[in-house]
Amino acid sequence: MSERLDVRKTYKLLINGAFPRSESGRSYEVTSFAGEFLANVAQGSRKDLRDAVVAARAAQAKWWGATAYNRGQVVYRLAEMAESRRDELAEHVELCEGVKTREAQAIVSRSIDRIVWYAGWTDKIAQVFGGSNPVAGPFFNFSVPVPSGVVAVIADQDSSLQGFVDTVLAPICVGNTVVAIPSERRPTPAVLLGEMTATSDFPGGVLNIVTGLSDELAPTLAAHEDVDGIDLGGLTPATASELAAVASGSIKRVLRDRPDPAASLRRLRAFVETSTVWHTIGQ
Amino acid sequence: MTERKLANSQLGSLEYDPAPESAAVARLAPSYGLFIDGAFTDPSAHVQFASINPANEETVATVAQASAADVDRAVASARRAYESVWSKTTGAERAKYLFRIARIIQERARELAVVETLDNGKPIRESRDVDIPLAAAHFFYYAGWADKLDHAGFGASPRSLGVAGQIIPWNFPLLMAAWKLAPALAAGNTCVLKPAETTSLSALILAEILQQAELPDGVVNIVTGDGSTGAALVEHPDVDKIAFTGSTEVGRLIQRSVGSSAKHLTLELGGKGANIVFDDAPIDEMIEGVIDGIFFNQGHVCCAGSRLLVQETVADEVLRRLVRRVEQLRVGDPMDKNTDVGAINSAAQLARIEELSAYGEREGATRYTSSCVLPEKGYWFAPTIFADVAQSHRIARDEIFGPVLSVLTFRTPDEAVAKANNTNYGLACGVWSEKGSRALWVAQRLRAGVIWANTYNRFDPTSPFGGMRESGFGREGGRHGLEAYLDV
Repeated sequence: MSERLDVRKTYKLLINGAFPRSESGRSYEVTSFAGEFLANVAQGSRKDLRDAVVAARAAQAKWWGATAYNRGQVVYRLAEMAESRRDELAEHVELCEGVKTREAQAIVSRSIDRIVWYAGWTDKIAQVFGGSNPVAGPFFNFSVPVPSGVVAVIADQDSSLQGFVDTVLAPICVGNTVVAIPSERRPTPAVLLGEMTATSDFPGGVLNIVTGLSDELAPTLAAHEDVDGIDLGGLTPATASELAAVASGSIKRVLRDRPDPAASLRRLRAFVETSTVWHTIGQ
Repeated sequence: MTERKLANSQLGSLEYDPAPESAAVARLAPSYGLFIDGAFTDPSAHVQFASINPANEETVATVAQASAADVDRAVASARRAYESVWSKTTGAERAKYLFRIARIIQERARELAVVETLDNGKPIRESRDVDIPLAAAHFFYYAGWADKLDHAGFGASPRSLGVAGQIIPWNFPLLMAAWKLAPALAAGNTCVLKPAETTSLSALILAEILQQAELPDGVVNIVTGDGSTGAALVEHPDVDKIAFTGSTEVGRLIQRSVGSSAKHLTLELGGKGANIVFDDAPIDEMIEGVIDGIFFNQGHVCCAGSRLLVQETVADEVLRRLVRRVEQLRVGDPMDKNTDVGAINSAAQLARIEELSAYGEREGATRYTSSCVLPEKGYWFAPTIFADVAQSHRIARDEIFGPVLSVLTFRTPDEAVAKANNTNYGLACGVWSEKGSRALWVAQRLRAGVIWANTYNRFDPTSPFGGMRESGFGREGGRHGLEAYLDV
């Protein structure tokens, strides 16, 4: 008997809860840090991105309309899924980032703990960022943080998993929906995480992932009229400046920081609006 | 009119089939020890007492009577766990333990609901839909705070207090345990929890859950027993914090006892909640809300809307509707999924409700009691409304803690506020009016820790709960609930 022939995997896009190939029919070759063939990954197109934005827009009202408690449970469920597939994640982090096995496992642990951290934020954002305002008059006045809407994320190019987790979960846990472009050279850990959202009760369209060449894709999102905010942290400072200028066309909220877990709550606040209600008080 | 009467009588003759939940789901052991240092142990004096099902007076299981020596062991265990493990556990790790506990409560929800109803007498519908899901939600919510204390508004790196002694009542046994344990553990304290004498069992199942979650030994200790056990905990010199939920009477004793020491203290005590109904209130929603406000959990609710203040112009109509609605409440077997009102928790509580209700009649109020048939065994009290109640009547002043509503009237918003605040308590109030500005105007003037507008008895882990005046001090729930367990 010969050795069993393994079944190889196609790494596809995630749009509206489904896993299509690129409508363009293209894929590109991803190699490991050591330069060996890793996978043929779908090379998303501008049309794929537009489809993803439509899906994100359609999902946003439902995601924000769910209770904060429910959103927390969904995000926590993602941590549970990631924990049960942690070896697979670690293998890909090791291959993509060229780190030692132990370090790859530590990166996965930190990433999962980070998901748990975000799960706890969903029902605390309003209490930390919102509150009542003592206006000088017979009014009850209070401010609540509300999501910007659809957020585009150009994820970190080096930190294939932990960076991805931070950039997509920060906007998601405050109620936005996301279209993300993972690291161009190291996309597979993000694709795996996307697969896990499909078994974590994430409504379709909350997280959309379009793999491909960032030079080709990022400008489309920066210019897209139906994107409310964009995280350019995964680009070089020069490209980020250029796209920030493009993003001003539709007054997008722009974040350019690289993900840094130590950096307070900047990432959580980046795609949050403040909505203030005045209500009269009187007999 | 004749047709409507006919329809009503036909509806009245329709019977529900019994829909009983199975007691076997509870999987209870015949007896339980004390949960100290991560294991169930025998009490030093080897004394067990029975936990009674108030719906049929049968023993559900026996539980241990903890002596002062047992309390001392529990506090020592909590102190050891605090010094050697829990104070060195990062917020992120504490969070993950609490998430685990929340998840296991969800997984064992049905079992817990049955245990709660067998031990407490509350309808299975309420333990299944309210007590248990909310208990899980509390752990879930505070889990998220454990690694975010820096952002809770108390400055950077707020410190925990140490060992918390927590004494809880019998009306929401598991939920009160969750209200106490979740914020305390999230903030980094270790705990000694004393459940109420008549309702220890769900806390002991929770102890099993803590074992399943592999919470380090001694971080939570559970000592069952009567008032003497609670007193030993309150007086223990190595306890840093006492959190008590129960009667104002006992709260006073605890405050006096703690007053001479450096212990931190929060008290969640009794109430005599006013439910204020204006003439523009949405009547159907209001009737349901008023009924739920007083008959939910047999009225064994510290924030119950036990004083109804109705604007005079609609008082007759409201009273007529309430009396009719009370007749429709299904009183009886708590294990039946269609039951609205279950058993009174204990013979002692039943005696108190009967005594105060007798005062109501003696002092001249008009009594309407449901004509429902009460079971022969167990402790039961038919839902009751008193009309023509004056502010001086005992049933308008004393907390009855039972299914008894006192109805008073008012003419102007100012009078409503004055009457609502005419009490030593200050826990919760309700306001019913379609006019938002008026509801807020009234809310601004009520001396109560929680005010519900056009709803009643809403609870959520994100929302602070607690009293003013003789209803106690300190808040449970929300960001504010962390303060009770932080040295800030």
